[in-house]
Amino acid sequence: MKLARDTWLVYQRQLLLMARSPAWLAVGLLQPLCYLLLFAPLLTSALAASGAHSTADAYRIYVPGLLSALAVMGGLFTGFTLLGELHAGIIERSRVTPVSRVALLLGRALRETTALLVQSLLIAVLAIPFGLTVGFTDLLLAMALLALMALMASSVSYGLALLVPTDAALGPVVNTIAQPLALLSGTLLPIALAPAWLRTAASWNPCYWGVEGMRALFAGHLDAPEVWRGLLLTGLMTVLAVAWAARLFARRIR
Amino acid sequence: MIVTKGLRKSFRPRRGAATVDAVRGIDLDVAEGRIYGLLGPNGAGKTTTLRMLATLLPPDGGAATVAGADLRTDPGEVRRRIGYVAQGGGTTDHATAREELVLQARMHGIRKAEALRRAEQGLAAFDLTEFGDRPCRTYSGGQRRRLDLALGVVHRPKVLFLDEPTVGLDPRSRAQVWTEVRRLRDQGMTVLITTHYLDEADALCDRIGIVDHGGIVTEGTPEQLKQQISGDAVTIGLTDAGATARAAHVLAELPCVRRLEALPEEDGLRLHVDSADTAIPQLLRALAAAGLEPDHVQLQRPSLDDVFLALTGRSPVHS
Ligand SMILES: Nc1ncnc2c1ncn2[C@@H]1O[C@H](COP(=O)(O)OP(=O)(O)OP(=O)(O)O)[C@@H](O)[C@H]1O
Ligand SMILES: [Mg+2]
Repeated sequence: MKLARDTWLVYQRQLLLMARSPAWLAVGLLQPLCYLLLFAPLLTSALAASGAHSTADAYRIYVPGLLSALAVMGGLFTGFTLLGELHAGIIERSRVTPVSRVALLLGRALRETTALLVQSLLIAVLAIPFGLTVGFTDLLLAMALLALMALMASSVSYGLALLVPTDAALGPVVNTIAQPLALLSGTLLPIALAPAWLRTAASWNPCYWGVEGMRALFAGHLDAPEVWRGLLLTGLMTVLAVAWAARLFARRIR
Repeated sequence: MIVTKGLRKSFRPRRGAATVDAVRGIDLDVAEGRIYGLLGPNGAGKTTTLRMLATLLPPDGGAATVAGADLRTDPGEVRRRIGYVAQGGGTTDHATAREELVLQARMHGIRKAEALRRAEQGLAAFDLTEFGDRPCRTYSGGQRRRLDLALGVVHRPKVLFLDEPTVGLDPRSRAQVWTEVRRLRDQGMTVLITTHYLDEADALCDRIGIVDHGGIVTEGTPEQLKQQISGDAVTIGLTDAGATARAAHVLAELPCVRRLEALPEEDGLRLHVDSADTAIPQLLRALAAAGLEPDHVQLQRPSLDDVFLALTGRSPVHS
């Protein structure tokens, strides 16, 4: 109860601050839109092997990957905002109050999740006039899956920021983690195209199952096993990530 | 209200590096409704002590009770009863003072309607109403510091920790902060304040502990501390280092000189005597007998400055 109230308190404040400097939305939309408009058409021919015959087909394969990458990358880099708040003494001020420590983390991670969902939804909607087709329920479930991935990545990022508490050191650490994570989850091209050893390696990637689920949903296969498997495994991973970061938060930041 | 016994803290800046003993056994006993000042130079361990008492840092050793709650076994209860204003503040640039006050009150578990009321009162009490709805990033240093104070007391704590509340403020803002702190004390709050300004400690604090190298060197009311350097201080300037050395030799022999320090930068000596009125003629006579002519002779009433210098061998930063 107290956790829910405190999380809401922190989340509300974070939303307010986000609404106050809306530049993040423009910046967050620009890059994915470039990919969508300038890169996806090129994929039509490249993806012919996996059954893409039109731009619509290419989008169906590419957009879910793009959104997943956005959620994971956006989440992983949010640790820098926490560092800013740590340096400004904002976290310390909160720590001297009886507010729940987990709420301090969760409220912030949910802010990031919200931002990424707004971005993703806008991108998905903007892609529709270019030929993306996706059902309403499918989109809804895809957003849930994205929310889980963003929450997981943000929590991991906050945990890393506590372990490596300077901008200069956090950058390389996040990049080192983000790159294999993105490549090995098939955000750019489906892993199905990869040789067997790469597919095996990918199945150990915590993001892989989420991306597979996203692809199934955008392909309209609501009842495909990838969907529930993706939701379940990503959900599990999210719980683990939140628990890990919350423990670090509570320990470093008594 | 605040009792500590042998509070200790060491840091190891990097793995393998030597440890820094930031606080090496601090004993405090601050009575309710008092302003207690921790006075000390940079790096003395003031902030570290305050951070431990505010539950932000686990002590390596020792024990403390803050507002009746045990620091080690019940940090949650300590947090409920204290306010803490950090050396660097901690406001959000894009939020307004009112929003910050409401959030702070709510983080202390206060309901929304009451939090709004407290924010309004806080703005009025700290003379912030005029800027209350402007983002904090537009505030001047003094306005920001007053907001920090308002945030520290919005939940009406029993004990307030203030870490260098007046650094960088102009004399008027400084006086304003002092007035606020006195008002809080008069309302029954216990205040533990750190400073390296002697005049601030002298003007504001009921008791002072002088901190150096992580320990309390001496403790008492400002009056008591000044009495520790009983009598007056006389500064004698001489022409050069050689003359200074000879003068030191001659004057140290005099029975009226209780203590003597060299001031090498200015070729001078500082002497502590019981009474300057009778000592100065004797000093001059002794110097003349040795063939020495002082440049100038200056009389000083004892200040905390002298106490500090006598105890730590260093002069603290001046305002
Ligand atoms: N996190 C830390 N890691 C390593 N050393 C630290 C840390 N915090 C403080 N120290 C060291 O502990 C000592 C005491 O620092 P502290 O901040 O308590 O001093 P202070 O009396 O508040 O000084 P100032 O007047 O400059 O604020 C210093 O030598 C400082 O370098
Ligand atoms: Mg300090």
